Amino acid sequence: MSGTTVIRTEHLSKQYETEAGPVPVLKDVNLEIGAGEFVAVMGPSGSGKSTFMNILGCLDLPTGGKYVLDGRDVATLDKNQLARLRNEVIGFVFQGYNLLPRASLSDNVALPMVYAGVGRGRRDALARDLLDRVGLANFARYAPNQISGGQQQRVAIARALINSPRLILADEPTGNLDSGTSHEIMKLFVALNRQDGITIVLVTHEADIAAHARRLVKFVDGRVTHDGGVASGMSAEATP
Amino acid sequence: MIVPMLQEAWHAMGANRLRSFLTMLGMMIGVAAVIMMMAVGQGAQFMVDQSIASMGSNLFIVLSGSTTSGGVRLGGGATPTLTTADAEAIAELPTIAAVAPVSPGSAQLVYGANNWATSVMGTTPSFLDVRDWPVTAGNAFSESDVRAGTRVVLLGATVVKNLFVDEDPVGKTMRIRQSPFQVIGVLASKGQSLDGRDQDDTVLIPVTTAQRKVFGSRFPGTVRFIMAQATSVQAMAQAEREMAQLLRQRHHLPDRADDDFDIRNLTALANAQAETTRVMSLMLGAIASISLLVGGIGIMNIMLVSVTERTREIGIRVAIGARERDILVQFLLEAIIISVIGCLVGVILGVGAAVAANLVAKLAVVITGGSIMLAFCVAAAVGIFFGFYPANKAARLKPIDALRYQ
Repeated sequence: MSGTTVIRTEHLSKQYETEAGPVPVLKDVNLEIGAGEFVAVMGPSGSGKSTFMNILGCLDLPTGGKYVLDGRDVATLDKNQLARLRNEVIGFVFQGYNLLPRASLSDNVALPMVYAGVGRGRRDALARDLLDRVGLANFARYAPNQISGGQQQRVAIARALINSPRLILADEPTGNLDSGTSHEIMKLFVALNRQDGITIVLVTHEADIAAHARRLVKFVDGRVTHDGGVASGMSAEATP
Repeated sequence: MIVPMLQEAWHAMGANRLRSFLTMLGMMIGVAAVIMMMAVGQGAQFMVDQSIASMGSNLFIVLSGSTTSGGVRLGGGATPTLTTADAEAIAELPTIAAVAPVSPGSAQLVYGANNWATSVMGTTPSFLDVRDWPVTAGNAFSESDVRAGTRVVLLGATVVKNLFVDEDPVGKTMRIRQSPFQVIGVLASKGQSLDGRDQDDTVLIPVTTAQRKVFGSRFPGTVRFIMAQATSVQAMAQAEREMAQLLRQRHHLPDRADDDFDIRNLTALANAQAETTRVMSLMLGAIASISLLVGGIGIMNIMLVSVTERTREIGIRVAIGARERDILVQFLLEAIIISVIGCLVGVILGVGAAVAANLVAKLAVVITGGSIMLAFCVAAAVGIFFGFYPANKAARLKPIDALRYQ
């Protein structure tokens, strides 16, 4: 789409130190994801895709190589600057929704704006708009445990959107949902990507979920084994 | 930023009301104990200070000493060796401000249909200066009353109450051991002495009248004791030496003989008692502060549990952009709210308990704004101090660890 690069990794590696010695989880990952792309990340458990997502989300730091997010080399940023990136540039959507149980849906959606220092009136107005957009306008004062899983995930998406991020990182967002609800959620992601031009990186196990994306990245043993079209990736899996 | 965080903290506490309440309870008890103990301690100190003030300041009492006759040593005060002349001589010393010879006894007092046994003290007008004892109605007797030995009397408040009930005693004539006396004044109420005696249960008459007309004496002109007031606290040691020297000279005592008098420093005794009370008051406060400390540890304990319980929540907050500082402030605020509310309730409880102790147990209590402020500030500081470690622990959680926590 637009030519700018949102994510660029160069020889990115990550290893965990254990008593038995260092265990490499990511090895020499070189990826470039441009603005407006919709990337699905697949791979078996332990292939390093979750670690990769955590690094993309600035929740974890690489042990080697370089990660440039939105033009900034993450290694050069301090903790507060990383927090700001998470707050303003990235929107997270998790498998387990991760809403705060005690807060109302509206307050959950508005929470990132609290940390951005936005006043109550604007926060609430925007939270209402976003709940409306995900089809939950009438549930603003409900608590998370009063609505279904699919609805909770919609709230989580609204929360991810509130600070107008450039990038949405979704870690198996449909993992806990039935297939009907999953496709509703995926439609929402597709709309965000097509209409709003938000870059989306989505981890999933399921091929039919990944099929909503335009680009497929596959991890095996910490290495990228496929990077390209969704269709070719699927056939590659079918005939390994 | 601070308002949503306060609301957040308030909600978090509301989520587990019983636990928040029990945590506050530790704080409440601590603060209440400190305020209560300080009130009681300061009350005791106040009582002692008041008693000391009512006694008069920088005070000596000179008593007739023991004498030895034929190898038999008699007890203190056995021989009346002190005279009004001794008193006058002591008054000449530069370190002495006022002197009053006292010739005490007890007598039955009669006025109208009422009678009352009390202590009758023959003395001079300077007794009122020495004891710092004002006359509230009428006038004190004068030096000329003393010289002439007139039958005039000053009444203590307790005597007035028992003999005259509602009548104004000034100018009335009453009887002491059958002799008629004219009441010329009433003394201000002094309350209890340090040893619990009612200081107002007494009457004062001129010393000469007491010696000649009421008690009589086998040794004319002698007095039982002399009260002397030094010019200042600093002068007391010197005054004591000078008095001893003077009295030995006047009594013609050879160098090897014992003193035939006994000088007691009443102020030193009183100060020792005041010091004891002060130490006791401090001890009470210190013991009460331990409960504050325990309350603080309770806060820390609960906050640590709370941080562990909410690890995932912390992870979510970090993932959506909370800085370390935001998390720190959030948990610190909770600890502060708990300790501040605990404090406020504790202050109310403590003051209430002190007032109740005063009303029910008739305990003297003194509640000062200072002691309340002190308890409050210490408790708030305890909350912050013990809240900081858990809050800091929360803020330093690694985001991925916190998010993965189940």
